[in-house]
Amino acid sequence: MSILPPTGVRVFDTPYDAGGSITVRWEPSKDDSIIQGYIIERSESPDTGFVAIGRISHGQDEFTDNTAEDGKTYYYRVRSRRGEKISPPSSVSNPIRSSPQWFHLGKINVLLGIVIFTAFLFYFISRAKAGKRLFIRKIAGLDALDEAVGRATEMGRPILFVPGLSSMTDVATIAAMNILGEVAKTAARYETPLIVPNCDPIVMTVAQEVVKEAYTTAGHPEAYNPDRVFFLSSSQFAFAAGIGGIMMREKPATNLFMGMFYAESLILAETGAATGAIQIAGTDAAMQLPFFVTACDYTLMGEEFYAASAYLSGEPILVGSIKAQDYSKLILLVLSLLGPLLYFYFRLEIIKSLFAIAR
Amino acid sequence: MRRRVPLTIAFLTGVVMIIQFFIPHRFSKDFYFTLLDWYIIVAAFSLVLGVQSLVHVHIHRIRKRREGFTFSIVTILAMAITAVAGVFFGTGKGSFFIDIYKFITVPMGATMFSLLAFFMASAAFRAFRARNLEATLLLAAAVIVMLGRVPIGFYLFPPLPNIVEWILSHPSLAAYRGIAIGVGLGMIGTALKIILGVERRWLGERR
Repeated sequence: MSILPPTGVRVFDTPYDAGGSITVRWEPSKDDSIIQGYIIERSESPDTGFVAIGRISHGQDEFTDNTAEDGKTYYYRVRSRRGEKISPPSSVSNPIRSSPQWFHLGKINVLLGIVIFTAFLFYFISRAKAGKRLFIRKIAGLDALDEAVGRATEMGRPILFVPGLSSMTDVATIAAMNILGEVAKTAARYETPLIVPNCDPIVMTVAQEVVKEAYTTAGHPEAYNPDRVFFLSSSQFAFAAGIGGIMMREKPATNLFMGMFYAESLILAETGAATGAIQIAGTDAAMQLPFFVTACDYTLMGEEFYAASAYLSGEPILVGSIKAQDYSKLILLVLSLLGPLLYFYFRLEIIKSLFAIAR
Repeated sequence: MRRRVPLTIAFLTGVVMIIQFFIPHRFSKDFYFTLLDWYIIVAAFSLVLGVQSLVHVHIHRIRKRREGFTFSIVTILAMAITAVAGVFFGTGKGSFFIDIYKFITVPMGATMFSLLAFFMASAAFRAFRARNLEATLLLAAAVIVMLGRVPIGFYLFPPLPNIVEWILSHPSLAAYRGIAIGVGLGMIGTALKIILGVERRWLGERR
């Protein structure tokens, strides 16, 4: 008994790609339930020279040919397959050429988001520059920073600042460097030793520069000791073990964990808690937040961590940027509430694409 | 000048990378991967800085006979032996270098990782004390989730696994998403501030 091929084969240049890709679609064969799959064939001529370029299992109706050459005309056809049995070919598709695209229309929602956010950013920065006072709620963890540094000074013990385990390409590490600058300035003012172990040499170099500048700004350049901002290890658990050793030997009065952390977060925070140090953590790693909340005195969660630099400095322009974040969040909140309503009750497909993330 | 050059580089690179994100053309992809290659090369060179810092700090500690200086001797020796093994005896399968990794580095990492179980127990003991309403809610949620994840939970109260699923997929996920949205906006905000030169602390400078 022969098997039937699929019908209605249509082809198009794969949208928003780097080129070299053609998408083939078809209506499944009437024998789809009894066949094993489909064979996709391609030729540069509509009549002859078809060669199998791919196989796909039954139930599927789309195949992406990533071996096409840009600018070359291709024709496609599809056959059904069941064991050794191959169906006659489907009708031949229209001619098609692949080409690269210069703009990803599927990411237009992201572009829109960036434009709105940037507009808010400029608006609030201009308001701040004009002298308009902008309110930011109290963040307990950041208010406690001064107290934590003061405590270390009173006890005559150092402050330990751990800038996470990520590299300088991570925004969390950059945010940690911004906080380090403020902490180093306060430490310099109180003449309290500051220890900054690093797990990335580039982060170490930046941290050295930030601490040095902070000591200079605070008027104590001579108090800066480059040996206290050092490279420990790039291995996750060796780094954790090294910091544990520093905590037990040097007994810092204040431990600050700022940046990106992974499984070692609890090892660090629990060791610190055992030494009796006051601990403040700040991270955007949501998975590690429960551990820090449990073992630290204060925890900066997600956006609080990113707001720290502006909050600590109190500079109006930076505070303006926090306002821009808040208003963008408000828009997202409204869209999140309205989105399901508009989609499920009014069937507005545009809402779905507004939230879709294209690759 | 010392400030303007890095600020200009940050601005230009940031703007170019944002534009690159919206261009799917092969030219754009090639550019992106070339930049990644550059980063890997720069990062490889930065390792020299790391080694220099490590040696300097530990030699200094040994010279000054600071507390725990014997650990510094172990660190310097371990680094030297590993480097000599890799440079002079190769890093292929079955080499001494790989043996160091397999039989020393990996087990020591696993040991540290295993300590997590004990740290979790001590952290849980502290977290689950019902001191106030929030801690009591945390304790109740933790007990329900832990019981619902083991067979005895189902045996004691059959709907428990479903309750656990609900806790994880509704209140827990809602809180997680709230944090994730805040983090996303915070990241965009920080990145834009750096690109536009509004935030300059990463250069060690106030505005």
